[in-house]
Amino acid sequence: MSENALDWPADVHRTLRDEGVTQVCQVPDAGHKRLIELCQADNDVSLTTMTTEEEGIYMLAGSWLGGTKGVMLLQSSGVGNIINALAMPNTCRIPLLMLITMRGEYGEFNSWQVPMGQGAPASLEAMGVRLHRVDEPEDIAPAVKAAARLAFDGQQMVAVLLSQKVLGFKDFRELAK
Amino acid sequence: MNQLHRRNLVSGILAERDDNLLVVAGLGSSCWDVTNAGDRPENFYVWGAMGGATMIGFGVAKAQPDKRVLVITGDGDMLMGMGSFATIANDPVTNLAVLVLDNSAYGETGGQPTHTTGATDLAGIAKASGIATTATIIKDSELAQLKELTLQAPGPVVVVAKIIHEPLKFVLPSNNGPYLKDRFRVSIMGEAIA
Repeated sequence: MSENALDWPADVHRTLRDEGVTQVCQVPDAGHKRLIELCQADNDVSLTTMTTEEEGIYMLAGSWLGGTKGVMLLQSSGVGNIINALAMPNTCRIPLLMLITMRGEYGEFNSWQVPMGQGAPASLEAMGVRLHRVDEPEDIAPAVKAAARLAFDGQQMVAVLLSQKVLGFKDFRELAK
Repeated sequence: MNQLHRRNLVSGILAERDDNLLVVAGLGSSCWDVTNAGDRPENFYVWGAMGGATMIGFGVAKAQPDKRVLVITGDGDMLMGMGSFATIANDPVTNLAVLVLDNSAYGETGGQPTHTTGATDLAGIAKASGIATTATIIKDSELAQLKELTLQAPGPVVVVAKIIHEPLKFVLPSNNGPYLKDRFRVSIMGEAIA
């Protein structure tokens, strides 16, 4: 990272803490790497790795039942895994906050990522999730703050979609060299 | 052949509960068993979310470390959420127990056999996933051990009880999710949380 580059993961981490988030559930994604490391290093945050994304939706429902605010970090392919799980926060009006790194869109090299990446927003909306899409790094932390307020105060399911444009894309040809 | 009766087991365990015990009941018959033993705000009934009851209980247990959390669910639900064992074993909590009522059948859909009829051992999977304490209960004479494991033993605990697949009267709790959620939260944290 260059000295002048915006350290948006640090801003997101600070924002999540300011909004009272203490439980972080995740299935790793390269786009979440630094945020995951920041959460790992934070003694006031519990970071739990899931075998599959729906576990995180159920765990966070339990967290809320027990009075803890949490967030789920996942990539767009994981959206396909959580669709039925979203019925619980939907029908129980349990707040849900998700940060989703997008694949299968801007400059994607792997065609297998494309169907779920392209289908993720419509799938989430079909289950009642409110979306905040972000295309610029400086907009990420403010979007996370707004999403946390809408989720925890407005009792909604909310996802911040971090577009592939903001994350950059893997260069398949470089990786193969 | 399985010998245990589910209602006797669940009522026997919950007869010894105190206010410190939070119960998450998995979808279907487990919900009816827990309701039959006495409805209370500290019970949360999962009417759907198949595969999710154990993770819901795990989330509650992490959020409320001074409470005892008992998940009571069926073999069908647990088979759909087996990854939960590995997730919990790698972020262990001492206040969580999971009781799997294993009748080796999908009871709500016509009694079709589950994989525990055949080669699959859920307690073995929990143990191999790294769950600290696991057991399979097959006889009524083991009820005292079952109570100790579910209510007292340091977690995470996974106990599988081999129960009879039997037709029983449905004892239905409320299925109103917001109501069940709010009364559960209020019972722990008071009215201010609502």
